[in-house]
Amino acid sequence: MIHQYKNNGYNIVMDIASGSVHVVDDVVYDAIAMYEDHTKEEIMAALTPVYGAEEIEEALNEIQELIDQEMLFTEDEYQQYVTDFKKRKTVVKALCLHVAHDCNLACKYCFAEEGEYHGRRALMSLEVGKKALDFLIENSGNRVNLEVDFFGGEPLMNWDVVKELVAYGRSREAECNKKFRFTITTNGVLLNDEIMDFCNREMANVVLSLDGRPEVNDRMRPFRNGKGSYEVIVPKFQKFAKSRQGQYYVRGTFTHNNLDFASDVLHFADLGFDQISIEPVVSAPSEPYAIREEDLPQILAEYDRLAVEYIKRKKEGRGFNFFHFMIDLSQGPCVAKRLAGCGSGTEYLAVTPWGDFYPCHQFVGEEEFLLGNVYDGITNTEVRDEFKLCNVYAKDKCRNCFARFYCSGGCAANSYHFHGTITDAYDIGCEMQKKRIECAIMIKAALADQD
Amino acid sequence: MKKIKTLTANTLKNTMKKGGCGECQTSCQSACKTSCTVGNQSCENANR
Repeated sequence: MIHQYKNNGYNIVMDIASGSVHVVDDVVYDAIAMYEDHTKEEIMAALTPVYGAEEIEEALNEIQELIDQEMLFTEDEYQQYVTDFKKRKTVVKALCLHVAHDCNLACKYCFAEEGEYHGRRALMSLEVGKKALDFLIENSGNRVNLEVDFFGGEPLMNWDVVKELVAYGRSREAECNKKFRFTITTNGVLLNDEIMDFCNREMANVVLSLDGRPEVNDRMRPFRNGKGSYEVIVPKFQKFAKSRQGQYYVRGTFTHNNLDFASDVLHFADLGFDQISIEPVVSAPSEPYAIREEDLPQILAEYDRLAVEYIKRKKEGRGFNFFHFMIDLSQGPCVAKRLAGCGSGTEYLAVTPWGDFYPCHQFVGEEEFLLGNVYDGITNTEVRDEFKLCNVYAKDKCRNCFARFYCSGGCAANSYHFHGTITDAYDIGCEMQKKRIECAIMIKAALADQD
Repeated sequence: MKKIKTLTANTLKNTMKKGGCGECQTSCQSACKTSCTVGNQSCENANR
């Protein structure tokens, strides 16, 4: 399968099954578009009036060369491999610990409903947290790298437990031959020097929640009394980010209210942040801030606008990383990783404050997805197995999509919330994802051009 | 080649042999939490 597109003056050809990416001239671009359904004579006949016979001969020769090297028109031979891979015994390697189902902000789009996740306010006890880490160690097979994200609600509302769990995890690393990567996702309200110092010693990454320009942030991320949070949080995040040597993300959400979200990304860059992620809100379509299908043209154009500015700033030596434009074309993940799905429900689990397991943080509170708990382990194997067999080839919409090697079939929770099944796909999300991939690759082409 | 510049020639097929070790980062532990992106992650297989 080939995916070809033009963006910012570049003609890009992606050979999906091999992972090869090519930048081509107009002749090759047009010839490739005809290649599968037309004979060479037909291509010559159609394109000679535009480019001349010699140019087309040359283009066809180069195309043939890439085909011979298995870099163009290669077949997808991975279905059986990935299906078998997913049948292997499951190990758990990552936990999202909901250490606090409580929050000191009242963000309007919060899927955790101001931290409560359709349930009650609660803080995770140290005992439950330790049990969760024990479960992770015991069920991680021979995986060395184990990931634990302290999540909420707002995890800093249960900071002592976070610290003690980090100490507990570290105390078990050597005896178990494991290495914990702790991360934390915080709104920053309670950040102070002590917390920053601790995180700089112990946390492999910190995700700092902020939405962008003051008016954008404060509209959606107010305190419970309605006051905006930007002013309180930004100076703390700036200080924290400066001390992290790049190991952080300032992460925002854009909604129908700020479809010009590239301005928020650039606002972050102008504030001095250089590790940035801003993602589309995912919400019920009835919400006033929900992203709608008719918003897509503007959103896709906005990604293009951001990509052009992104390249410009990189070339000027004041670049930044935008999470969704990062793409690793040379040392990227293996085919198994790319097609096996995100790992929710199998290698990745969310743990509630009272120790219940769910397939991921976005399923917490959906009782039919309750998988078990830290005391009894995974007891709902039926739902676990449903997630286990969920992969790109289990999804009709993904099987022939060019993006499948980059998004891994998308988010199971989004699929469930929009279609009632985890093997569908959230269509608006897919359109944005495809655009981000196209932009990411175009950026690589543009930066390679400079070299 | 004059008309084609290859940005990446890596054949994913080769990763079938030693892939799937699972040591790389879980997608949602990075910075997303609401989407799924794997193309930007790095391989951490010590034996690749």
